[in-house]
Amino acid sequence: MKNINYKLLYLLLGCTLLVYGSCRKAQQPVPEVVTTLFSPDPSSVVKGFYLVDEGNLGSSKASLDYLDYTTGQFSKNIYGQANPQVVKGLGDVGNDVGIYGSKVYIVVNNSNKVEVLNLHTNKRITQIDITNCRYVTFHNGKAYVSAYLGKVGDPKAPNGAVNEIDTTTLQVTRTVTVGRQPEEMAIVGEKLYVANSGGYSPPNYERTVSVVDLASFTELKRIDVAINLDRVKADQYGDIYVTSRGDYYNIPSKLFVIDTKTDQVKKEFDFGVSNLWIDGDIAYMYSYEFSHITGKNTTTYSMINVKDETVLNTKFITDGTEAQIKVPYGIAVNPVTKEVLVTDAKDYVSPGTLYCFSTAGKKKWSVITGDIPGHFAFAY
Amino acid sequence: MQGLFCSNARAQVIDTSSKKLTTDTVKRHHLKEVSISAARLSLRNTSATPVQILKGTDLEKLNSLSVADAIRFFSGVQIKDYGGIGGLKTVNVRSLGTNHVAVFYDGVEFGNAQNGQVDLGKFSLDNIEEIDLYNAQKSTIFQPAKGFAAGASLYLMSKQPNFEAGSRTNGKLSFKTGSFGLVNPSFLWQYKLSDNVYSSISTELTHANGRYRFRTTNGVTGYDTTAIRHNGDIDAQRVEAGLYGKLKDSSAWTVKGYLYHSDRGLPGPTVNNNFDSKQRQKEKDVFIQSSYNKKFSESYSLMLSAKYSDDHTQYFDPTITTTRGLLENKYDEHELYLSSANKLHISSFWNAALSVDYQRNTLDATQNDSTVYRFVRPTRNTVLTALATEVLFKRFNAQASLLGTFVNDQVDTLQAAGKKTKFTPAVLLSWQPFDNPDFRLRSFYKSIFRLPSFNDLYYTFIGNSLLRPEYTKQYDVGFTYNKTFQQHTLIYFAIQTDAYYNQVTDKIVAIPGMNLARWTMYNLGKVHIRGLEINSQATWQLPGELFINTGISYTYQKAIDVTDPTDTFYGQQIPYTPLNSGSVLVGAEWRKFTFNYSYIYVASRYDSKYNSPENYLRPWYTHDINFSYTTNYNKHKIKLTGELNNVFSQENYIALNFPMPQINYRFTISSTF
Repeated sequence: MKNINYKLLYLLLGCTLLVYGSCRKAQQPVPEVVTTLFSPDPSSVVKGFYLVDEGNLGSSKASLDYLDYTTGQFSKNIYGQANPQVVKGLGDVGNDVGIYGSKVYIVVNNSNKVEVLNLHTNKRITQIDITNCRYVTFHNGKAYVSAYLGKVGDPKAPNGAVNEIDTTTLQVTRTVTVGRQPEEMAIVGEKLYVANSGGYSPPNYERTVSVVDLASFTELKRIDVAINLDRVKADQYGDIYVTSRGDYYNIPSKLFVIDTKTDQVKKEFDFGVSNLWIDGDIAYMYSYEFSHITGKNTTTYSMINVKDETVLNTKFITDGTEAQIKVPYGIAVNPVTKEVLVTDAKDYVSPGTLYCFSTAGKKKWSVITGDIPGHFAFAY
Repeated sequence: MQGLFCSNARAQVIDTSSKKLTTDTVKRHHLKEVSISAARLSLRNTSATPVQILKGTDLEKLNSLSVADAIRFFSGVQIKDYGGIGGLKTVNVRSLGTNHVAVFYDGVEFGNAQNGQVDLGKFSLDNIEEIDLYNAQKSTIFQPAKGFAAGASLYLMSKQPNFEAGSRTNGKLSFKTGSFGLVNPSFLWQYKLSDNVYSSISTELTHANGRYRFRTTNGVTGYDTTAIRHNGDIDAQRVEAGLYGKLKDSSAWTVKGYLYHSDRGLPGPTVNNNFDSKQRQKEKDVFIQSSYNKKFSESYSLMLSAKYSDDHTQYFDPTITTTRGLLENKYDEHELYLSSANKLHISSFWNAALSVDYQRNTLDATQNDSTVYRFVRPTRNTVLTALATEVLFKRFNAQASLLGTFVNDQVDTLQAAGKKTKFTPAVLLSWQPFDNPDFRLRSFYKSIFRLPSFNDLYYTFIGNSLLRPEYTKQYDVGFTYNKTFQQHTLIYFAIQTDAYYNQVTDKIVAIPGMNLARWTMYNLGKVHIRGLEINSQATWQLPGELFINTGISYTYQKAIDVTDPTDTFYGQQIPYTPLNSGSVLVGAEWRKFTFNYSYIYVASRYDSKYNSPENYLRPWYTHDINFSYTTNYNKHKIKLTGELNNVFSQENYIALNFPMPQINYRFTISSTF
């Protein structure tokens, strides 16, 4: 009798596991999540903005969020719903986004591509393969994309490149070799300025900004600035603002101003800047720096008047919300309302938060985003 | 657990009813195991810490190439398998984290001071006789201090020479081939140098192109694509040689040398527009270890062990070009280990032990043959002392141990983690509540920590020398029941069940700094884990010499993050931890034939801390079968095995974006002489 009981028990257990194991939930593309944040403003000049969430390296979880000012709604993860057929989604590590004409360009670093979407439908138009691409900027019908290496796999070719893309044919038309591991770019007049980091060969960092003539697409010169350059933003007075990340140990992060008329460094600010956004006369900035000496991070927020290059003693967060922001990772300013948008990447492996601050520095709203929110593009 | 199949129990039964025995050598082989088996049965029953054992023929019945494949059948373990023959395979026991599992090879820890994780895919089952997994620690006080120093301990035991009367040699030739372009010959030779000195040599070559077909989809409304996995190739060679001796005073000694070399592709995550990694890794591991055991008197026993190891690892990434060429990092790790364990038999029911271990680890690194930027060349000196005592009564035994850890880190520049001193206790109980010895209750409590690894502390940019150790506390209660039946169809039945509660505090986690390439290690994170494990085995003897073995394991684990209530993931299941998982094994033996079927099921998991649809990983499961046929030819025992894995070709992902193979096969022919 006992034997039969055991047999039954086993059969039962086995079958339960088998049955349970043989049915998996049917898969489906991850749907977008829509949150209403504020009352609609159908007449808003700025229609909305895209926010690219980088996603962790290797996760293929770069995602795209969209805030619609005309409806007051924030849509999280819109790429998958619009393009369910794209294998492994938007890709691995979304590093930059820009809008030109009626197209959205998303630079996806470890997917080695620039994804081109229709601005109105968010549907994919095409992808442009560029290995290890970093940032995008636009000028005169062309998109310019920086890439860490001009030639991959050649031990004697450590330099990076800037690729020119025709925004009509969506083909790479020209390539110019610049310094090692170029990051962000800015265009003033007919010159492109790109920050070289040299990040693959510490402590032998690059310390120059390459100046590329757009007509001939050749590197004209390199401007010596400081080690490990990262961000480049142009103001309306012919100056560019360049950040140096330092060496993360003894050489601190700093901010430099280059006058593009002379192509010389004309001013240096003795504080670190991780990221900045220039709107009109004001640069909005934050710094997030780790010290190997104290084992702690320090976060600071600051503003500069770019007209006369002076530090302002005002703050763009005044209500104490900065205490909740663990890792500021992206910044943007609405060009019309001047509201400041700041993202918090938190621990980089869970969803981030997007904060909106009024011109008085008070939090207007916040919303959960994808993982590692960091890059903005406004749509008109 | 006494194996997942119960061939040993079967052997016992055969032994007691030896009249039925034929002269078949297969069965004689079983007979040899009887005495070992009896010892194991009692260990399994009386161990105060849960132990799961796979050994000998049980191991052979599993469709396993490496240790990692075999321990998937244990309860309470989560294997992280990046797929293929060369892909990294690590184990996590009861959600404490991979760094809390110590792996012992022939009694001495196989460490990795650099990152604290051992790749179990590296250990071929070819020369492994037995695998034991203990939660907390081995339930004995007479062991090296290292044995007390981990959250869970995995013991791998190589094949020891064992000669039949009148024989001076044993040998085994084996050849495996199958999917992934696998070519895997191995050779084992054991020779009796004298009555008191045995020798053994085991060697193996593994070659595979590592290619396999996989499928990835997000459902019928999305994409569905099938591709070939690349860059999973491997070429590995292993040579092991050992001497085993007995001295006149009945003391025993062993010396063992080990050499492993591999050159492999490192398969990367299959991400959008980038499925194939180009990274490569070369390893060269050498170690020599020795042990000496002596019982000086009824009251005093001594056990000495020593090890020296030298591990070289080389990573090559042709997608990164530095000013000195394509990125090539080399790591050179040395370890010296000395241990002395002493046991004092104080009275008939009372023993005490003192173990003292010393270990010295160093790590050096170069990048493109130059000094790595800001690499600090750490040296770690560790002294472990374990004071333990046990009382043994007929129906009750108890153990208590106190481990002292004294660590001093030195670096040649910058700041070292410095000195640390910690004391951590463990208490183990085992109780037979009734007259019937088949049923026992057990319980343990253990507090232990893991030291931050060299990478955690000193890796250029990410290291944080101010890290504290990561602590765990484990509480466990359980029971074991096993029964051997005479003149029944069911001849053996065993079950063990444990419920547990674990806490992890000051969990060491990586958090990026200024950008994604600049992660930093922090002591952040608290995890509470509640779990239940059930293991059961049964053996039936049916008419006509048919034996059926069955095994079932089931694990329930609720492991939640309780770090900070303001986190989006507070109170949610930690990554890669299924709520439910289990395995089923059914084996049949009839004369010279065996058939085995196994099924592993791991429920859905999340690959990230936030339990959202983006991070959902589907359940994975695999049905595997094998057939074998054993026969004698001259003086050779020839065995032919055919294995079929993932019979229904399920698309499986154990780790995010690392696809597992679809249906695949393997043939083995071996000759024992």
